[in-house]
Amino acid sequence: MNKNKIIKVKNLVKKFGDFVANDNLNFEVEAGEIFGFLGANGAGKTTAIKILTGLSKPTSGEISVAGYDIYKETEKIKRNIGYMSQKFSLYDDLTVFENIRFYAGIYGMKKQEIIDKTESLLDKLDIRNHKNSLIRSLPLGWKQKLAFSIAIFHNPKIVFLDEPTGGVDPVTRRMFWELIYDASNSGITVFVTTHYMDEAEYCDRISIMDKGKIVALDKPQILKEQYNAANIDEVFVKIAR
Amino acid sequence: MNFIQKEFRHILRDTRTLIIMFGIPIVQILLFGYVISTEVKNAGIAILDLSKDQATIKITEKLTASGYFKIIKNLNSFDEIEEAFKQGNVKEVVIFEINFDKNLENFNSANVQLIADATDANTANIIVFYTSSIIQNYVNEQNKTIKMPFEIKIDERMLYNEELKSSFMFVPGIMAIILMLISAMMTSISIAREKELGTMEVLLVSPLKPVQIILGKVTPYFILSLINAVSILAVGYFVFDVPVTGSLILLMAETMLFILLALSLGIFISTVAKTQQFAMMLSMFALMLPTMLLSGFVFPIENMPVWLQVICQVMPPKWFIIIIRNIMLKGTGLLYIWKETLILFIFTAFFILLSVKKFKIRLE
Repeated sequence: MNKNKIIKVKNLVKKFGDFVANDNLNFEVEAGEIFGFLGANGAGKTTAIKILTGLSKPTSGEISVAGYDIYKETEKIKRNIGYMSQKFSLYDDLTVFENIRFYAGIYGMKKQEIIDKTESLLDKLDIRNHKNSLIRSLPLGWKQKLAFSIAIFHNPKIVFLDEPTGGVDPVTRRMFWELIYDASNSGITVFVTTHYMDEAEYCDRISIMDKGKIVALDKPQILKEQYNAANIDEVFVKIAR
Repeated sequence: MNFIQKEFRHILRDTRTLIIMFGIPIVQILLFGYVISTEVKNAGIAILDLSKDQATIKITEKLTASGYFKIIKNLNSFDEIEEAFKQGNVKEVVIFEINFDKNLENFNSANVQLIADATDANTANIIVFYTSSIIQNYVNEQNKTIKMPFEIKIDERMLYNEELKSSFMFVPGIMAIILMLISAMMTSISIAREKELGTMEVLLVSPLKPVQIILGKVTPYFILSLINAVSILAVGYFVFDVPVTGSLILLMAETMLFILLALSLGIFISTVAKTQQFAMMLSMFALMLPTMLLSGFVFPIENMPVWLQVICQVMPPKWFIIIIRNIMLKGTGLLYIWKETLILFIFTAFFILLSVKKFKIRLE
């Protein structure tokens, strides 16, 4: 098998009782790419991301993440991934630095390393003056950028983003994607779910889910040609019909 | 009108709110109705009859026949009194002096001493009052048939709490309530909060093990609760003169056990509750109210109907209150309260296992 495939999913099935949330998914994600995971609400995106991050167990299927088996090597997977959920995931009542220190701490980072990295992060996000501000007092856009930065603070091989830009204005979304590109350039694989179709265009490859199945998977450009569409939005509408 | 309809739909579709809205008041009314009674039924007493003559036997019979008392023990000497109380189920000892009947005949007067366990001041008061009434009743009956009226002098003593201070009762009770509140409610709310915020997911994705998350949550509250316990004891001691007659170390150890129990209950609640509000409601109604009503803190358990007494047996605070009352007021050692301790211990182990297991299930 190709070693560059950082996520391998073969025949993934997840059932909740009679309801099949993930119906025989097959896909691979290459190391370093930005992989977009698209689909309408309820298509099964979140279920799949939960399985890949170890929050949920599949009913059946062979899955490996970062080169580790999802059944036997969960601990190793956890050390090598980052995660940002659609719900906002920083502590409101802690300061910027306290949040960083806490999350870096649970990944076992050393004190000095945390301090050094924090400094460069504060400069990068241009929030040096807010190091000791409570998260509560920051605007949503900043919080989201910070949440992402914290999700990749421990240098994971893969970062999973579950609808990271929900409820954010277009300008902030644009800035957020710059951060994603940065991360991708530094070698982190990005696995992102979204239902903003314009964002899909930013991805290297996208998969489109519908009713628990993957119905399309390729480069955005190729999909557009294949479906004879001007943009991914049109592709999506055509597929969903 | 449309709006009202919509609101009704919200309410009717939320079974939890429904249960809380309608179930809780009913349960409360039932509880209060049954619990609040100043009557005493089948209170355990012991008799120390130094005469065993016609009069004392008659009085003893009257006591049992009344239905208020149940004779648990017949004592043979004064030395056995303390022991009887420490075992816990004897609430009062009735002592007839030597030559009781003879004294009645010769001097038209005899002495009875009533010693009550006043760690529960309420019950002690009622029991002593009932006993003296029954004895007085006997005197009145007898006096109708004889020419020379006689009297029985009753000497009442409240053991462990001479002045019948209610603070002796409420300090242990408050301790149980506060510890329950702080430990269980706060942990359950704080875990539910993580779920609401979405931070719990991030924690579960991280390399932290569930046990580590639980420990991380529980430790601060354990420490806070311990500080709380000490300050309640201090206030009790310095402000209300509630003594700690028994071993302080034993008391603290039992307190820690109880805190642990409350914490594990809190974690258990949080595995069930998805939101902070629900966690709070659940802790309030599932822990607070029973702690107050069914633990024997305010209302004596002996007076409740049998089915309610059965429920009381599974209320952890009940056992804790028994334990601390014993240690603080009676000065008993582990020897007398090992049963209660064991029960608390089993509860704790049970809930810890259950919540760790539930925590894992949620991962799947």
